[in-house]
Order: sequence, then structure tokens, then C-alpha cells
Amino acid sequence: MAEMAHEHAAHAHAAPTGFVRKYIFSLDHKVIGIQYWLLALAAVLVGMALSVLMRLHLVWPQAKMGWLETIFPAGAAGGVMTPELYLSLMTMHGTIMVFFVLTTAPQSGFGNYVLPIQIGAADMAFPVLNMLSFWVTFVGFVVMIAAFFVQGGAPLSGWTGYPPLSALADAGPGQAAGQTLWIVSLAIFAVGALLGALNFITTTLDLRAKGLSLMRMPLTCWTWFITAILGLLAFAVLLAAGILLLMDRTAGTSFFVPGGLILNDKIVNHSGGSPLLWQHLFWFFGHPEVYIAILPGMGVVSQVLSTFSRKPIFGYRAMVYAIIGIAVLGFGVWGHHMFISGMSPYSSMAFSVLTMAIGVPSAIKTFNWIGTLWGGKIRFASPMLYAIGFVSLFVTGGLSGMFLGQPSVDLFFHDTYFVVGHFHMIMGVASIFGMFAGTAYWFPKMFGRMMHEGLGRLHFWLTFLGVYAIFGPMHYLGLTGHLRRYSELSGFKFLSQNEPLHLFMTVAALITVGAQLIFFVNVFWSMFKGRKASENPWESTTLEWTVPSPPPHDNFGGKVPVVNYGPYEYSVPGAPRDYVMQTDPEGIRTGH
Amino acid sequence: MATVLTPAKPQAPSGGGPPPPPPPSGSGGWGGGGGPDEGARTVARYRTGTWLGLCAVVMLFAAFASAYVVRRGASNDWRPLQIPPVLWLNTAVLLASSVTIEQARRRVGPRQLQWLAATALLGGVFLAGQYAAWLALRAAGVYVASNPSSSFFYLLTGAHGLHLAGGVAALWYASARAWLDRGWTKRKAAVEATALYWHFMDGLWIFVILLLVVGR
Repeated sequence: MAEMAHEHAAHAHAAPTGFVRKYIFSLDHKVIGIQYWLLALAAVLVGMALSVLMRLHLVWPQAKMGWLETIFPAGAAGGVMTPELYLSLMTMHGTIMVFFVLTTAPQSGFGNYVLPIQIGAADMAFPVLNMLSFWVTFVGFVVMIAAFFVQGGAPLSGWTGYPPLSALADAGPGQAAGQTLWIVSLAIFAVGALLGALNFITTTLDLRAKGLSLMRMPLTCWTWFITAILGLLAFAVLLAAGILLLMDRTAGTSFFVPGGLILNDKIVNHSGGSPLLWQHLFWFFGHPEVYIAILPGMGVVSQVLSTFSRKPIFGYRAMVYAIIGIAVLGFGVWGHHMFISGMSPYSSMAFSVLTMAIGVPSAIKTFNWIGTLWGGKIRFASPMLYAIGFVSLFVTGGLSGMFLGQPSVDLFFHDTYFVVGHFHMIMGVASIFGMFAGTAYWFPKMFGRMMHEGLGRLHFWLTFLGVYAIFGPMHYLGLTGHLRRYSELSGFKFLSQNEPLHLFMTVAALITVGAQLIFFVNVFWSMFKGRKASENPWESTTLEWTVPSPPPHDNFGGKVPVVNYGPYEYSVPGAPRDYVMQTDPEGIRTGH
Repeated sequence: MATVLTPAKPQAPSGGGPPPPPPPSGSGGWGGGGGPDEGARTVARYRTGTWLGLCAVVMLFAAFASAYVVRRGASNDWRPLQIPPVLWLNTAVLLASSVTIEQARRRVGPRQLQWLAATALLGGVFLAGQYAAWLALRAAGVYVASNPSSSFFYLLTGAHGLHLAGGVAALWYASARAWLDRGWTKRKAAVEATALYWHFMDGLWIFVILLLVVGR
């Protein structure tokens, strides 16, 4: 105990004073959380810019944009985007968004900042490892961005990197150095994610405050915990697949590249590899990755809906079991990304049934969110608006998933805009709304100031309507047989009818992207000029609201919190206020 | 804001002090934190972390192994690889190192240091032996890209070797801890975690060599 106490004391009193140790190579989980969050904000700007370029090209494929040539001299000679550049923008958009935004902010960003405080710990279990995870991830981002600046530019093979396209350096511009950097970046990212996951799980299991049993943890902690388990098991497989792919590219092996391929009139010097092997390995990671992106958002939404409805979350235990159920089933459905790969119909059916089964825990969660709202004293503050937006987008995206999960229907929809609309709704913007909700909800705690409420509402409505306007019509496009990844509509007679709709989506995208300026202005203005935040501005119950905003270096000022109540004790009959903090003294009559 | 914060526990020598009262009842699960002994908690934390790291290692090698099985059946170009005989010697060395690390784990003081050093030495011998196996294959004209079987041989032995090299580094770290630290907790945590990792690498090697021999 002597050493632990010593450690604790060191942490309590020896907050670093130098700029580098305090803000750059910090061991403090709060600083690291904000670093992850800022990294995701930087990445989302890049990802968004790429999507705008794609949308412009889809509608005005021949438009001359001189500045584009400045950025992409090879891909946009004369200012006109080549189809190859379009594909590389798409690849980088997907990769940056999935890894450096959707995986980075909800889990590593908010999780790092909030998890230790919510469980009553002074820091994560392994602070040095935590710092390493961030900087490894950061290096991964730099390597990914570097792919734009090598000869040939960024790769073309999509965020799924299917071989043989991704395995052969001569397969197109960007498939040489750009693709290599892409694989190396993902391998680095996987290592960072593994270190982070290990830290999250250990912290949750071993550092909880006295009285904080697992079934008293806020649902945010549950989702970070389960997401970390998913990450630990899934990213190792991505790492393995990346190593194999890299060997195919650089060591001349034939894990994924089949024989007899002819490229540029030359026979490719590989034989016997299996492209499907990559698909299996990639999607064994890739499907859990979807839940890695969405589960933390579900946690935030549960937290916010309960707080702003002034009601306990409806069916806490059911929520916990649903999170676990989604995670377990999530490892058994990767085949539904491969229905058209020629797999046995029996395998298809098994994957399909398991996919449908995920609808059950998902529906339980949705039902419970609505049950939480029902009859509540709802406060429509901006975190609540974002959370309700999340539920709406989750339901919309989930419904189209029911279609895609059936092999016979997927045969038609596969590789059409229907899929693009589906995953943008559920994995993309629903998760992003979870991040908006998390930002609006924890911003006062993170920076000690409130965000501007009016700007928040304006941003919510523009974004909420905007994303439906962008991604809703994609489902219709898919129904018309419009394939994804086509850089132009011209030359396909059956697609010409879709041109007005594409124009509408592009205009909607421009407005929605413009609306994000409001969010960024709100964040950075509020950071310095926002109204001062109290300790507990939302009158919430969990442990992070028992400490000052922002919290001191060791979170609890050298004291050890004791937890006496569950996380969602709102409107308790007979209690002095309409909420009971988790650390309130015992003796208040609650539902438990 | 009504919050209940109890002051941090006063410092006390490790292993002492009465256990705290059990967490309040009323909810299921794992009970709260605040276990009986802070030193033991630190050891447990490192053990948990090591186990979780090993879970990731298992997934990595499971992915390699399933790729091995799938690739072997995917085409008719697979030619079985005769593994270099030195691997059996290496296996014996690694098994012996599990015995020495266990001796280190169960001891304290200078004897512990000796056993840790012996394990690190055996680990070094194993790695040198693996390198000798690579040289033997190279001499026989079997390269990484010669055949999928040789690709997997280099991949699996290389990946295991890297992990074991990490284990040797951990042994040096644990030895430094045992040498420098008078404190019980950190030394115990480092040695326990390293021993767990080392035993696991031993088992993993058995798995790898079985895959290479039985599944060739």
C-alpha cells in the first residue's frame, strides 16, 4: 500500500508544470482524451473536404478547378479531376473517417477523458501506455496523410483495400507508395488501438471506486468497456491481415494474389493466393469495427436521454445485456459483407440469420431510449437534441440494414448507393451525432465553459435535416441500380435520370458542410469566451459532475470517492432534489 | 453540490491493515473496487493488463493460423516444408526457460535475479537458434517467397521471435526492477507479469511448431 499511496500522492501533487509534459507528452488521461478529440476534429476536416470534392465532381465532372491542380498536380491536370483521383479521394475519405474520426473520438477521446472520472479513479491503469497509444495513433495519421504526397498519390482501393488491386504496385496510380503507406498507417493505428483497448479494460475492471459495482456503472462506461473488448479482439486481426498484405507487396509472397493475372500486358509474378482470404480477415475486423464506432455513441445517448428527461434510463439491465449481445453477435456476421463473393448459400443463410438477430438487441436499445423519453420532464438543450437525432438516424440506418442483411436482396443492392446511404446513416452520421452529443454534454467539464446554446441548436437543425437530404436519396439511387464508386454518371443512359437528384444531394452536402463551421466556431469561441460552467450544469448524477470543471490533475483532489447509488437516479420520490448523485450519502429511498 | 468524498487512506506498509468493509449491497456484479490491499491491486492490475495483451496476441496468431489453413487448401501449389531439426533443440531450450522463470517467480532477493538472468540467457539462445534455422533454410534455397509454406514458416517464426524478443526485453526490465527496487509491489508486479508472458510465449511456440509440423 505504501507504494500505491506514494504513486497516488505523486499524481496528486506533482502535476507537470512544463508545457511539453503538460500538454504534449502528458500522462494525464484528460489531456490525452482532449488530444484524441482534437486529432479527430482535424481528421474530420480532411475527410469532409474530400467528400465535398467528390460531390462536386459527381455533378460537374468536367468542371475546371485550377486550384485542384495545385493540390493534386497528377490527378487533376488542367484542373479536371481524373477518375483515379476520384477513387483516391473516396479511399482516403473512408479510411480517415472510419479510423481517425469514428474510432478515435467516441472511444479514445471521450472514453479517455470521462471513463476514469466516472469510475472514481485518478487516472487510467497505465498512464505511460496511454500516452503511447495516442502518439502511435498520431503517427498513424501522419503516415496516412503522407500518402497524398508520394508519387502516384493516395491509393484507389477503397477503405476495404481488396486485393489484388491493393496488392499490386502497378495496378494504378497510388497503388505503389501510396498503398504501402496506407497499409503501414493502418498497422500503426491497430497497434495504438490495441494498447488503448488493453488500458480501458484494465481500468474498468481494476480501478473502480468503492461501491461502484459493474451494474452501477453508467452506460457510457459499459459501452467504452465493451468497445475496448471488441477493439482488442478485432484490431489484432486487422494487424495480421495488414502484415500479410504488406508481405504480398514487398516480399513477393502470394497470400492474396491469385495466379494468371495479366497487368499492363505482363503476367503477374504471383500464384495461388486467395483474394477471399483477405475479405474474410478484413471483415472479421471490419464488422466489429462498425460497433466500435457506434457503441460509445449509444452510451452517450443513454446518458444524455436519461439526464435531460429527468428519468432513470428505461431498463438499465436490458441495456447492458443488449450492449453485450450486440458485441457478441457482431463477431459472427462478417460474411454479410461477402454475400456476392460466391459463398455457399448455407453460409449466407447462417450469416443472414445472425445479422437479423442483431436487430433484437438494437431494437431493445431503441425501445428503451423511447421508453426513457416517455413521460419525462424533457429539457431540450443541445446535447438532448443531438441525442434524439442519434436515435432517429440509428433507426433509419438500421431499417435499411434489414434489407441488406438478406442475401437475395443484397445480390441486387450490393455495391449500389443503397449501401452507401445505409452505412453513412448508421455508422457515419449516427456516430457523429453521438460525438456532437458528447461534445455538447461534456464540453463544460472539459473546458470549464458552456457552449453557446443558440449556435448549438442552429447547428443541430441544419445538420440533422442536411444529412437526411444527403443520404436519404442514396437509398433511392440504389433502387435504380446506381453503382457506388462510379466517378461519373455520363455514359450510362439509365443513370442520367438520377442527375437532378445528385445535384440536390451536392447542394445539401455543401450546406451541411457549411453548417459544420457553426460547430467549429462554437467549440473554439466557447473554449475561451463561453459562459463559465458550474460543477454540475446539467444536474446530472455521475461522478464527473462531483468535481470542479475542469477537474484537478488527479480528478478528485487526493480524495477517494465512495459510490452509494446507481447512475440514473432521477426524479426519486421523497428525495430532496430531482436527482441523486451517485456519491450522495446513503439513506435516500431509491428504486433499488 | 452534495458529494461524499472520503479522504485517501493513510500510508501503511504493504500487506497490513484490516480489510475494508464490503461494498454496499443492492446491485449485482463484481463488487466495487477498493480491494483488500493496494499492493496486491497493483500486481493484479499488471496481471490483468498482461492477460489482455496476450488476448490480442492470441487473435493475431489465430488470424495467421486460419490464413495458413485457408491458403493451404486454396490452391494446389502448396509444397510441404521440412522444418530444420534445430527447432527441436530450440523447443527444449524454451521449455527449460519456462522452468527457470518459474523459479524466479517463486523467489525473492539475489536468487530471483539469477533465475531471471538464466531465463534471459535461454531466451537469447532460443532466438539465436531460430536465426540458425532461417540460415539453414536460406542455405537450402528456401526463401520467403519460394512457396506459401515457406512464407508462413518465416512469418510465424518471425512473429513469434519478435514477441519473444519483447519478452527478453521485459526480463531485463524485471531484472532491473528486482535489482534496483527495494519496494515489494513493483518488483512483484514486473516479475509476475513477465513470467505470465513468458510461459505464454512458450505455449505459443508449441502451437506454432505443431501447426508447422502437423499441418504441413
